[in-house]
Amino acid sequence: MPYGPHTPGDRDRMLAAIGIGSVDELFADIPERLRASGLDLPPPEPELTLANRLQELAARNRTDVSSFIGAGVYRHWSPPAVDQLLLRGEWYTAYTPYQPEVSQGTLQSIYEYESLIAELVGLDVVSASHYDGATATAEAGLMTCRATRRERVLVSRAVHPHYRQTLATYFAGGLELDEIPMVADGPSAGTTDLDALGTMLADPGRPVAGVIAGQPNFYGLLEPMAAIGELAHAAGALFVAVVEPVSLAVLEPPGAYGADIAAGEGQPLGIPPQYGGPYLGILASTDALVRQIPGRLVGMTTDVDGKRAFVMTMRAREQDIRRDKAASNICTNQALLALAASIYLAVIGPHGLRDVAASGAARASELEAALAAAGARRLHPGPYLNEFAVVVPDARVVHRRLLQRGILAGLALADIEPGDAALADALLVCATEVTTSDEIAQFAAALGEELGERMDRVGTVAEVLP
Amino acid sequence: MSVTGPRLEPTLFERSSPGRGDGKIPHPPKDALERIPAEALRTTPAALPELNEPEVVRHYVNLSQLNFAVDTGFYPLGSCTMKFNPKLNEWAARLPGFAGLHPLAPDEAAQGTLQLLWELEEALAEISGMTAVTLQPAAGAQGELTGILMIRAYHRSRGDTERSEVLVPDSSHGTNPATASMAGYRTVTIPSAPDGGVDVDAFRAALGPRTAAVMITNPSTLGLFERHIGELLDAVHEAGALAYMDGANLNAILGRFKPGEAGFDVMHFNVHKTFSTPHGGGGPGAGPVGVGEALLPFLPHPRVLREDDGTYRLETEDERPTSIGRLRSFVGNTGVLVRAYAYIRAHGAAGLREVSDDAVLAANYLKSRLAGSYDLPYDRPCKHEFVASAHTLKKQTGVRTLDIAKRLIDYGFHPPTIYFPLIVDEGMLIEPTETESLETLDAFADALIAIADEARSTPALVKEAPHTTPVRRLDEATAARHPNLRWKGMTGRLMPCPD
Amino acid sequence: MVPTDLRYTKDHEWVRLDGDEATVGITAYAADQLGDIVFVELPDVGRTLDQFATFGVVESVKAVSDLFAPLAGEVSAANEELAANPELVNSDPYGAGWMLRIRAADVSQLDELLDPEAYDALVEAG
Repeated sequence: MPYGPHTPGDRDRMLAAIGIGSVDELFADIPERLRASGLDLPPPEPELTLANRLQELAARNRTDVSSFIGAGVYRHWSPPAVDQLLLRGEWYTAYTPYQPEVSQGTLQSIYEYESLIAELVGLDVVSASHYDGATATAEAGLMTCRATRRERVLVSRAVHPHYRQTLATYFAGGLELDEIPMVADGPSAGTTDLDALGTMLADPGRPVAGVIAGQPNFYGLLEPMAAIGELAHAAGALFVAVVEPVSLAVLEPPGAYGADIAAGEGQPLGIPPQYGGPYLGILASTDALVRQIPGRLVGMTTDVDGKRAFVMTMRAREQDIRRDKAASNICTNQALLALAASIYLAVIGPHGLRDVAASGAARASELEAALAAAGARRLHPGPYLNEFAVVVPDARVVHRRLLQRGILAGLALADIEPGDAALADALLVCATEVTTSDEIAQFAAALGEELGERMDRVGTVAEVLP
Repeated sequence: MSVTGPRLEPTLFERSSPGRGDGKIPHPPKDALERIPAEALRTTPAALPELNEPEVVRHYVNLSQLNFAVDTGFYPLGSCTMKFNPKLNEWAARLPGFAGLHPLAPDEAAQGTLQLLWELEEALAEISGMTAVTLQPAAGAQGELTGILMIRAYHRSRGDTERSEVLVPDSSHGTNPATASMAGYRTVTIPSAPDGGVDVDAFRAALGPRTAAVMITNPSTLGLFERHIGELLDAVHEAGALAYMDGANLNAILGRFKPGEAGFDVMHFNVHKTFSTPHGGGGPGAGPVGVGEALLPFLPHPRVLREDDGTYRLETEDERPTSIGRLRSFVGNTGVLVRAYAYIRAHGAAGLREVSDDAVLAANYLKSRLAGSYDLPYDRPCKHEFVASAHTLKKQTGVRTLDIAKRLIDYGFHPPTIYFPLIVDEGMLIEPTETESLETLDAFADALIAIADEARSTPALVKEAPHTTPVRRLDEATAARHPNLRWKGMTGRLMPCPD
Repeated sequence: MVPTDLRYTKDHEWVRLDGDEATVGITAYAADQLGDIVFVELPDVGRTLDQFATFGVVESVKAVSDLFAPLAGEVSAANEELAANPELVNSDPYGAGWMLRIRAADVSQLDELLDPEAYDALVEAG
């Protein structure tokens, strides 16, 4: 066993102290007919062999491409200080800080995280973390039902498809989840349809607990958040804003436009993509909702000698104490990622974060112009920050051909919304501070060639689809 | 021992000073945001702290030294499996090919990770005796929700709509009833028998046409194997219900008991317990779920599939309409799963079996050392953990388990889990794991015995412990009555942004 | 010995009846068992309760407990002091730590409750 310390002599000493002859006696209470039939796994490998295997697997992923994909997970420069600090064993091998006297590191860092995010989103209460943006949004939806004692939540169709699907799973037990359509044409195309929202809120027999919309939305577009919030509040519903934390360096935060709850994905704060996680579910609310917010909370207090100290607080809300009446069953969260995000914010600083957001916007402007010149214009006309959709005929096919040329041309929207014909010919692309002008030029040139060729080519779809 | 030495740290906000920091990335052009409508932009910039990198580093290094961790000492937290976190796994997860892969990259760009995930599913299925595994849930509790939602879908698919209850032993972890409530079920609590197992008669009496599922932790939260498990599972299935196993204690039975083989319909794994992925101060973890044939159609979407030509892909949206859907974004906590994969491959079958053997041996050894000094409510061999009690000690001296726990800190150990499970008075749940040396185990037993002696001779020493930590006996009442959950008066951003 | 002018439930609530106005709280024993009380969730005035129905929740640092109405009736008042000062339940459980007032629908329900001796015996038995 690679990490076990016991020698045969150690085992013998323990057996003797217990007064048995073999460790098998300690398993005698497993009924014989239920004992394991055996365990058939690949044989163990010494570290060097295993390391080679892992490297070989990793090398089979195409991460050597120039990437223009966002769709909820964004490439940013993470200062090496972040990961080097995270690698300290005192951080990553510590447990949940149930014994505060020996966990002031973790506890203070969580309090600082709560404070940093509170400042970014403009709300006062921040949970110590949730699993990811999707589950944070689902919990936000459930919060609105508990707080208003109503059973219906409206979510904009322009919110990330995975978040809407997660909401649907969490709501499948008797709560109602309805989608607010997007505007189809005109200057607000691709954003939440306020008229439709108004109608949905006005149904007297089905009062709404919460309205959920994203800023920017999944298509990168800026939404009329204050107006959505006003409509929600006028109908007695709460307003949940789904946000992207880097953008909050330059965009108006949820607290300023009347959101009661903010949910979002913290991955852009220095956390690598890792094919899906672990990420960071951000969940914040007004003070009024503090008893409804699920997950851990860390607060400041004093110790018996009057020293300032930090401690998990309002614990009786959580599952280990509240059990079947708990707001949520969450136990393990994403604490280490909250720490990563905090270190990132501390190292980058407010000016740096603003530069990250603004650089992304500048690069995105460059990208928009380059792609338009190559023949791919924007799908929607409205303002965006650093992500937008472009029209590309047979987008999936073009996307895969560009991948073969070393360019990950954003997300073919047909891959994530296969049933939506309006998105079959669209790519969702983004740029950040790490996107270079050369990459943009190469992307545009390659795309231009593909579009040019498509006009000449006849019926070759099958040869490139995987 | 570093936790008893260093001074406390100011917060980031107190260290902040206008004009510090910057220089990480180039400044963007001044007109970068001109095309954004003014009403969408912040009017007051976020007042985040301004610090330079050396200060940030000192801050987080000093703070880290206020933490106890597996890497600093013994952490016998029952139910948490605080085993060593292999450093190879940190290296593996950080390989750029793994860490840099976007979750929506097309399947052909993700073949390495998809293969790893598929092989991990196979390994977990074999370990548990289940037919199939989903790696999607982000934690054990989310795994529980996944399992219960699949059970609900199963009953609904058979038109069985009367099942509204989930049975849960009174010793269960709080996540079990909380999960049942989230899925819309009423929890029915089953008492434990004097021998620590589920009370079989009460269990049978509670089973019926309204039972959707039972959730059993095996070995139980008392560290005891459920001797009547065969009988219990038969009764569950006779009643038309399904059996969920909470796999938190899997470290006790690797290679000895396969829940799927024994008759459980579904279970979750805690990879941050059994499979060594680090706890990170509270997370992240991952809670894969294994199922038998009955629940396979309902697994979350998307599954990881292997084609006949040996390539891998994610299931497409319409491929399996019976799925309960998504529990979260993307495929799962892949970075955590890479670590679990490396752990399993490092051990193989023989290694994993040895893990359980040593974990169980160590726990029984500690138990034998404490006999006579503490109450041991269950007089039978334990598995990887056991519960001791200070009930008698409290009666004789007034010293409570909480005090003993705090005094252990002075001896350089992290306390065990205290006051859980709820059914044991003044309980301490002790789980040594298999990666602690005999010297460490003996030192821990010696410390507990010494503290019992102190309780008799100098009880104040124990009641006022810990004496050597930077902070002691925090005022948790005020923290909850008048919560201070964020720093007010943020201090940064007092300098305007350059150019 | 608990106050002799009150009656008790087996769930450790006390009730003082004045005509048909019942004042309700929890006993010193219960407050002690719970530890430092940090929050009390009380019903809205006007709500109707059945006897032994759950009327609220009391939370301490490490525990939570449902609260059960000793008598049926309409809630006529809830102690708003407890929002800012939940510690009153610990310091003065039978006085300033009162929780709610109920206009009793049936004062004879008082006879079903425990008298002080019976409650003390219950606590003794543990």
